[in-house]
Amino acid sequence: MEKHLFLGDEAIAQAAIDAGLSGVYAYPGTPSTEITEYIQNSAVATERGIHSKWSTNEKTALETALGMSYAGKRALCCMKHVGLNVAADCFMNAAMSGINGGLIIITADDPSMHSSQNEQDNRFYGNFAMIPILEPSNQQEAYDMVYDGFELSEKLGYPVLLRVTTRMAHSRAGVVTRPMREENKMNCPEDGRQRFILLPALARKRFKSLLAAQDGFVAASEESPYNQYFDAPDKKKGIITTGIAFNYLSENYPDGFENPVLKITQYPLPKKLVVRLVEECDEILVLEEGFPFVEEQLKGYLGIGIKVHGRLDGAIPREGELTPDSVALALGKEVKSFYSVPEVVEQRPPALCQGCAHRDMYDALNDVLKEYEGAKVFGDIGCYTLGALPPFRAIDSCIDMGASITMAKGAADAGVFPAVAVIGDSTFTHSGMTGLLDCVNENSPITIVISDNETTAMTGGQDSAGTGKIEAICAGIGVNPAHIRSMTPLKKNYEEMKQIIREEIEHKGLSVLVPCRECIQTITRKKKAAKQ
Amino acid sequence: MKTDIILSGVGGQGILSIAAVIGEAALEEGLYMKQAEVHGMSQRGGDVQSNLRISDKPVASDLIPKGSADIIISLEPMESLRYLPYLKEYGWLVTNSRPFINIPNYPVLDKVNEELDKLPHKVILDVEAIAKELGSVRAANIVMLGAATPFIGIDYDKIEDGIRRIFGRKGDEIVTMNLNALKAGYEVAKQIQTT
Repeated sequence: MEKHLFLGDEAIAQAAIDAGLSGVYAYPGTPSTEITEYIQNSAVATERGIHSKWSTNEKTALETALGMSYAGKRALCCMKHVGLNVAADCFMNAAMSGINGGLIIITADDPSMHSSQNEQDNRFYGNFAMIPILEPSNQQEAYDMVYDGFELSEKLGYPVLLRVTTRMAHSRAGVVTRPMREENKMNCPEDGRQRFILLPALARKRFKSLLAAQDGFVAASEESPYNQYFDAPDKKKGIITTGIAFNYLSENYPDGFENPVLKITQYPLPKKLVVRLVEECDEILVLEEGFPFVEEQLKGYLGIGIKVHGRLDGAIPREGELTPDSVALALGKEVKSFYSVPEVVEQRPPALCQGCAHRDMYDALNDVLKEYEGAKVFGDIGCYTLGALPPFRAIDSCIDMGASITMAKGAADAGVFPAVAVIGDSTFTHSGMTGLLDCVNENSPITIVISDNETTAMTGGQDSAGTGKIEAICAGIGVNPAHIRSMTPLKKNYEEMKQIIREEIEHKGLSVLVPCRECIQTITRKKKAAKQ
Repeated sequence: MKTDIILSGVGGQGILSIAAVIGEAALEEGLYMKQAEVHGMSQRGGDVQSNLRISDKPVASDLIPKGSADIIISLEPMESLRYLPYLKEYGWLVTNSRPFINIPNYPVLDKVNEELDKLPHKVILDVEAIAKELGSVRAANIVMLGAATPFIGIDYDKIEDGIRRIFGRKGDEIVTMNLNALKAGYEVAKQIQTT
């Protein structure tokens, strides 16, 4: 019984280690990155030989985790919310096959989009795949629900999705840990071929099994000690909280609740508890971090029956994360500030670091593109997305991991010239390589800039899967080696860089430029570490 | 005992090292705490803040409600003003006076200072200058922590212990330098608090 000060992410990681984890599989993504990093830096995990190397993307991560589970061991797979879009194929079908060793999939959602391009609520994915979802309300629960979650997964025979949001993932609190358990022995399933070969005839049987398992999932939610009913005298209104919304509600009632409260942290919805609240109260207020997931289920399409308030009727704003203040307003309480933000305060957006290689790449690219009318630059996800902001204003799009290459191809197919793609090394290996093959097969007249800083920089400098082999990967996929052009993005090389960019834009076919210089942040960190 | 603290600054300035010392001291005191941090994109030179809540009772929300922060500790003067809606009526604002200018439209400093002047309880000091006098610019954050210490609700010597524990593995010299930085900041704030 030791107490530690843990980020939500660290609590998840320590719980997984303590529960007998054999491997974590993940691709970095805010706010999930620290889970895997914690396991990488854990002495116990190293001693036990727990797998913790980064995967190339979320899909490879989840498939590998499923393979470990197949072999009977406990596996953890972590990603940010949009990462589950990448892993969705495996995710949906792992619900069909079920698992062998316990499998927990962590989705770290980012409402308010602190570091993301949307605020999708992945509880919908859990429902879509029809598997249990856990949504802890605090760091201690995050620890306990992961620790117990592997057993839950093994007992039910299915993967479990555990959802946290930014404020849980990146907030510290005291956490009491539990005794460390042994790892599972390797033990492949006897009925493996019936479960893991999803040929139509077998898949139909598996789907019947998944449907039949649903009542058990609901029963598990109803029995969960983490789903709690708090009775209170004023039955005019009943309140449902999910995940960390419970904390904001508690903040507003330091001396105890005035209305009955149902705290939900495990899904599918605990039906008995929801029915009790609806029967006892006149109306329901739903407080949930994310989309109106519970609210929509309660309301239904017609919205008849008990009155339900929440994000859909504006009791809580439809977008953005919850705050103690937005919850106070929904409860009819006053929110008071004594001072306002003075007009003199200006926005301070993030920017590329001084000395960053992406800066030199953009400066050279911008200079050359001034020579062309109608040039479009399709950007991607990473630090270089900041090239959208002044002084560069260098990109025209940023949609999803890898989209730069394929959008540039589509635009070129439509007649755009020059069509340029800018993508980082880690994003290229994550999701750019398949799109590059499309371009190779048609010798598409686009110029792809793989701005290689030899790391996954935006998330804090994790290993990048393609370091040292970007040119070889491109050649292997079939890019003509004469049009794979390397360069070192430095001011002194500007004229040479511009000449290469010009030549390759003029080339009537596919070109890949690889400006390569290490991330200034990782260099500084390495120097600092070497000093100590 | 309950203290709500907002730490603010610019990504890369190191507000989290201040939070780490306070957190260490709070944990050692057996207090409850929650600390919401910012990771990710804004760490690249954008505005960053952290909510730090310490109490002798369990803390519910990771975020501080508006109008209820006891202190704003800021490593940058304009950034200290960004969080004023969260400050209590008689709360303290403790800020570095030296601007961090990485945007083209940074306001005229006098205008920033005018707004700071309007506040009833504030400590404004040039932590870099004080740290430089002591011999290490890298201790500027700890000068700032010292200036905030009278308002945190944890005894000065407990904060000193926190520094010893956090910097201990870096050697005695670093510990002593940081203890001196803490003291220098503390003395500036003490003087302002009593006048």
